[in-house]
Amino acid sequence: MVVPSLKLQDLIEEIRGAKTQAQEREVIQKECAHIRASFRDGDPLHRHRQLAKLLYVHMLGYPAHFGQMECLKLIASPRFTDKRVGYLGAMLLLDERQDAHLLITNSIKNDLSQGIQAVQGLALCTLSTVGSAEMCRDLATEVEKLLLQPSSYVRKKAVLTAVHMIRKVPELSNIFLPPCSQLLHECHHGILLGTITLIMELCERNPAALKHFRKVVPQLVQILRTLVTTGYSVEHSVSGVSDPFLQVQILRLLRILGQNHEESSETMNDLLAQVATNTDTSRNAGNAVLFETVLTIMDIRAAAGLRVLAVNILGRFLLNNDRNIRYVALTSLLRMVQSDHSAVQRHRPTVVECLREPDASLSRRALELSLALVNSSNVRAMTQELQSFLESCPPDLRADCASGILLAAERFAPTKRWHIDTILRVLTTAGTHVRDDAVANLTQLIGGAQELHAYSVRRLYSALADDISQQPLVQVAAWCIGEYGDLLLEGACEETEPLQVEEEKVLALLEKVLQSHMSLPATRGYALTALMKLSTRLRGDNNRIRQVVSIYGSCLDVELQQRAVEYNMLFWKYDHMRAAILEKMPLVERGGTQDEEAKESKEAQLSEAALVATEPQASKLLDLLDLLDGTSGAAQPPPALEPSPGGTLVHLLDLPCVSPAPASIPNLRVFEREGLQLNLSFVRPPGTPALLLITVTAINTSGADVTHFVCQAAVPKSFQLQLQAPSGDTVPAQGGLPMTQLLRILNPNKAPLRLKLRLTYNHFGQSVQEIFEVNNLPVETWQ
Amino acid sequence: MIQAILVFNNHGKPRLVRFYQRFPEEIQQQIVRETFHLVLKRDDNICNFLEGGSLIGGPDYKLIYRHYATLYFVFCVDSSESELGILDLIQVFVETLDKCFENVCELDLIFHMDKVHYILQEVVMGGMVLETNMNEIVAQIEAQNRLEKSEVSAQLVCLMPLPISPQGGLSAAPARAVSAVKNINLPEIPRNINIGDLNIKVPNLSQFV
Repeated sequence: MVVPSLKLQDLIEEIRGAKTQAQEREVIQKECAHIRASFRDGDPLHRHRQLAKLLYVHMLGYPAHFGQMECLKLIASPRFTDKRVGYLGAMLLLDERQDAHLLITNSIKNDLSQGIQAVQGLALCTLSTVGSAEMCRDLATEVEKLLLQPSSYVRKKAVLTAVHMIRKVPELSNIFLPPCSQLLHECHHGILLGTITLIMELCERNPAALKHFRKVVPQLVQILRTLVTTGYSVEHSVSGVSDPFLQVQILRLLRILGQNHEESSETMNDLLAQVATNTDTSRNAGNAVLFETVLTIMDIRAAAGLRVLAVNILGRFLLNNDRNIRYVALTSLLRMVQSDHSAVQRHRPTVVECLREPDASLSRRALELSLALVNSSNVRAMTQELQSFLESCPPDLRADCASGILLAAERFAPTKRWHIDTILRVLTTAGTHVRDDAVANLTQLIGGAQELHAYSVRRLYSALADDISQQPLVQVAAWCIGEYGDLLLEGACEETEPLQVEEEKVLALLEKVLQSHMSLPATRGYALTALMKLSTRLRGDNNRIRQVVSIYGSCLDVELQQRAVEYNMLFWKYDHMRAAILEKMPLVERGGTQDEEAKESKEAQLSEAALVATEPQASKLLDLLDLLDGTSGAAQPPPALEPSPGGTLVHLLDLPCVSPAPASIPNLRVFEREGLQLNLSFVRPPGTPALLLITVTAINTSGADVTHFVCQAAVPKSFQLQLQAPSGDTVPAQGGLPMTQLLRILNPNKAPLRLKLRLTYNHFGQSVQEIFEVNNLPVETWQ
Repeated sequence: MIQAILVFNNHGKPRLVRFYQRFPEEIQQQIVRETFHLVLKRDDNICNFLEGGSLIGGPDYKLIYRHYATLYFVFCVDSSESELGILDLIQVFVETLDKCFENVCELDLIFHMDKVHYILQEVVMGGMVLETNMNEIVAQIEAQNRLEKSEVSAQLVCLMPLPISPQGGLSAAPARAVSAVKNINLPEIPRNINIGDLNIKVPNLSQFV
């Protein structure tokens, strides 16, 4: 007994009757089993019904692949009912990747040539939806023939199928280009619509086609004019506008044809003006046409008056109550902002208003447009608006808004202070959403703005005291407090309110950052380094800092542990070097490795120290062997450090002993007596024009050693002199290892150099003392 | 180009799913769910345009939707389509459905899913707008429906009292029967007909059309 199969409606009833997902699945599985059995049995009568049911469950998400072959059978059947469902199944279930797909080519071919109108329509529809490149190539000529069929229904579908074919196989443009001009003479709107789409596709792919179709511009203008001026036609009108879809398509094609082409643009000018002024804008359809007109005007070489009209129309739309209109207006303005910047600027206040919309789509568009409109004259006002937007905007827009503000600030910042303020504000409001390089940029910026150090560190300190959860902010604040801690404690800064900060509070804050579970490992690293730097900047004793550092020596995080252990070493073994190592950092070049490790950057500084003037440092470790007073001036070279007896780190700190290479000045022999010679060699480092390095070399060619050798020097008051410790106090006999001593002379006024030397030593059993002035100093030493 | 047309109700159950670009089945279902969630979040008085989800298309695509009573009609389009134009297109589509189904409601869409597809095929083809004149579309659909009905009824030829006439007898019957029964809408195809002592088995007359 054959169980009569369910009709589609009955199946749907049953599925809807299922109370739970599991029940529904059960019903569907049972039915699918029936369907599969029916397909196996090959029942031709009910095949279409089975496939219809299968397509329904496919829509609900259940697997339906076993119906693919059935689609083929149905398409091959002569009945219209079968074909209808078969083609629908093919469109929904088949695609280029299945093999079954190619098998329908033959059926389609037959249907295209022999079928009745409705069947031809079905075949064309399927071809345009799932037609692969091979299918298109095979059936191109068939479709071309159909373009000349008497039935407008078929022609209309054939034209759109042609568009699809060209997309798949661009070479077919040659076949479909000639019929276009003929088709444009049609009265049927459907065919016209399809033809215009076809022409647009041809023009976009082929510049030669573009030139060819420029000839039809007058014809298009005529068609559009007829549409616009014809009275109310019930057939094609949508809310009183006659066939807005066709109007929009024509306008779009005119835009493509008129771009960069004076002649075509001129032909269109009048018509565009007419459409722009006469279209009824009370309903959506009219607005659609108007928008398209505006976009076309802006893209072609339109007359200036027309462009002004277009921008004004957009401005009007921005004020419209309908949100859809405002959205489209914002989108259009965004397209124009590059080419007509000043025109769009006029609408800036309205755009900024739209930022406050509760509608997410609208505010997103407004944000993009606002960011594009920022320029140097309105940057302050715009940033203000954008920042208040940032405080209240939805989370998915925050990252874009924050990075947009930072970018705009970077490009147009009027003053450094404003820039720092802006970045600070963004970090406080949306710190977690900024990009990673914002921290680096801010530290770079602050480092470069010397006059704002005190101001920045105070602001950052207050911000940090309020909230330690925003990581980028915490990182920058920690770095600043470490670098400029002394300025923080110093007292008043005229740009902020007087803030009495105590050392203990600063240390407590940094410790809080270190211990907070909100801090990332990187942030902790910043805080730890900052604490170390403060050990030299603050005046109090360092017990607290030493304690923290030693605790972190056993931290679980490897990076922190390593830092803490090294810093601990600094306290214990290399205390004398600590100040030099923790000096203020020089400004790192933008784009270079931004390394926050104090030690590493300090190494960089040390190797360049001879050539680079560094910032004033508060280190107390000045071991100068001065005869004359060396006051701490603006740019002072780092102090001459005693070579450490430890030896291993000597090369790091051995700054001036490395004789730099630049411009050579001839050596000078200044003294000779009984085999003991004294030579002076001069070096003027190119980076510091006021600096002169003199190396005093003592050579002993006599038979007896020279012992207890001490050399002292004096220069006029305007100079600054530093003597390094000599390499030894014995000059061995017989031309042995010479003794050297380095003199550093700073001559900021470029005054003529005068040098007096005093020597005391023992030679041949006698103690000798010599005082003499060095004559014949080469001019290059002081000019 | 229109990439997809989705119709689902206020609870996310799909009523019409039509993709004009190929996606695997699971992705299709995911897209429907994702679109539903995106559209559900929208208030009623904000604009009808949404930047598309991450699955369908890319940044170039947006969702244009309209909410009618219990149904959402969502068109996923790229930047080559006019946004306001698509809004009108949705309206045209819904009005056409209304004309074809006589005051269409959700149940009509549920029970006649295939017919809705056929109507849609007359409006949008291959992702492009085909026809926007409602009368033409309706006329075309009605012609196709008549064609389908005539096929169904042609299979019931043998029910008619067959005049055994000199004009070719039974072999000529099919042509006249078709014209005779064209307007009869019979609900069922009986398999076995007992008329008196005549036992007629209804043959498969698929070669009629």
